[in-house]
Amino acid sequence: MNHFKRIESMALFMRRKILDISYLSSHAAHLGGGLSMVEIMATLYAHILKFDNKNPHWVERDRFILSKGHGVLGYFSALLAAGFITEEKYNTYLKNESDLIAHPIMNLDLGIESSNGSLGQGLSMGIGIAYASKKSIDTQYKAYVLLGDGECNEGSVWEAIMLAPQLKLDNLIAIVDYNKLQSDMTPSSEIINFGNLAAKFESFGWDVYDVDGHDITQLIQAFEAKHVKGKPKMIVANTIKGKGISFMENNNEWHHNILTKSKYELAIAELED
Amino acid sequence: MLSAGEKNPKLMVVSGDLGDSSGLARFKNTFPDRFINIGIAEQNMIGVAAGLAKEGHNVFATSFAPFITLRSGEQIRMNLGYMELNVKAVAIGSGISMAFLGNSHYGLEDTAIMRSIPNLTIVCPADCSEIVKTVHAAAEFKGPMYIRLTGAVGNPPVYTEEYDFEIGKSITLREGSDITIFAIGSMVYESLEAAKVLDSVGISSRVVNMHTLKPCDYKAIDRAISSSKAIITVEEHSVIGGLGSVIAEYKTQFSKSPAHLIIGLPDKFGKTAEYKFLLEKYRLVGNKIATDIQNFVKNL
Repeated sequence: MNHFKRIESMALFMRRKILDISYLSSHAAHLGGGLSMVEIMATLYAHILKFDNKNPHWVERDRFILSKGHGVLGYFSALLAAGFITEEKYNTYLKNESDLIAHPIMNLDLGIESSNGSLGQGLSMGIGIAYASKKSIDTQYKAYVLLGDGECNEGSVWEAIMLAPQLKLDNLIAIVDYNKLQSDMTPSSEIINFGNLAAKFESFGWDVYDVDGHDITQLIQAFEAKHVKGKPKMIVANTIKGKGISFMENNNEWHHNILTKSKYELAIAELED
Repeated sequence: MLSAGEKNPKLMVVSGDLGDSSGLARFKNTFPDRFINIGIAEQNMIGVAAGLAKEGHNVFATSFAPFITLRSGEQIRMNLGYMELNVKAVAIGSGISMAFLGNSHYGLEDTAIMRSIPNLTIVCPADCSEIVKTVHAAAEFKGPMYIRLTGAVGNPPVYTEEYDFEIGKSITLREGSDITIFAIGSMVYESLEAAKVLDSVGISSRVVNMHTLKPCDYKAIDRAISSSKAIITVEEHSVIGGLGSVIAEYKTQFSKSPAHLIIGLPDKFGKTAEYKFLLEKYRLVGNKIATDIQNFVKNL
């Protein structure tokens, strides 16, 4: 199977698993933002990231940080697909005292690099990781950080955006899941209108790729594009919140909601079409 | 910092554009790739420090007390508290030593905030020599820490001879049979001065340097509870949430424990003045501390 097909089938598997676990948990879950990031995560975990699922502590692994911490559905399903977490572990999602809750809890045994949930912090950590890798004589790895566009309302994101080019971190790759909806029902453009987000990052000195975040070919091209020396890479992935399930797409009722049996069956039927 | 850096190749320093004010110029020049000026962006500074720490470095992050504790409080909570990453957050010029820079720069409530975050060790050295010992101990210490620096250049030393310093272990500087004074940071020296005055009026005071606020040396408090008529705490911090609170929270479980006087900064944003003027005004100088203790003890 070529990598395109592998990514495509991982994405489908992840969407199914996202629906399964949301329904099984019987709790409200961040479905919209979990579904918008699926192709990004599948591309990373099926093709781009360097890792060893048998040895999650492998020092040369690439580091992935989920800065938009509420995107756990798209994260845990990728870790399941990539063999970091077992089906049994996956099914503990939102069970009392589970390792897998609504935001990541640092647990390298499960491939989870950091605890998140407070927005606007992951890119700073990514800078520290990328700098440490640059400094290291014997091991080189890359730092990947996935942010949400709503998260970019946080001032601390821009502190990090300013610093990374200054430190010439061409081993740092940030991705913004630009789904254009955040917590409230109001479209993001009516809250903080980022407009041309790619141009903004570019003006800060990033090497920017503006892509369709559900187009695997475009994602691969952006990830594989040769690093511009001394520049961190930013991939603005234009996505659809709730992608893949028609009644969730661009419908912010699914930002955080309970998947009932009837809705679950409807959603699964759509995937199987 | 420089000698700690020489001994520990994994030690790094990040600063929120206060490297020179923090006396880090020599470190920066000696180890240019182990020092990052993050810019005036404390939240990012703590996050970057956390990323470096995650990759095996022991990272000292410096800024003024309110900026490092309050501005980036949530970054400290997530990265140092929740994830227990090996970062030493260092507050320069805490308390009121920033004088005319004003309340915006004072560290009034920093300890209260930091000590309520799980997993942080909190150290507040008493003088220059103890700062050196703290830095060396922190360079060897694996885990998150808040280091609170008080006092100003030219403050008289508490220690004139070599002594043993261990994180978490208080130091009894003098023995006394009537009362125990627990002091921290800049107030250790002033409490020793107070004890001398109290001697002259017939009150014998033990003075304990509680340099580590968390984990607290509860044995020293137990000893005071069982042997002293009164416990006094003295700190250059708000009377809310600092050393006084730590000891009060502990001793409240005992039905018989001595009365406790909390001496510290009032719960207010006061007017700004020279450091010495403010210490006098807030009665945080030896002779005034002694008078207040004397009045307190007299009425017991």
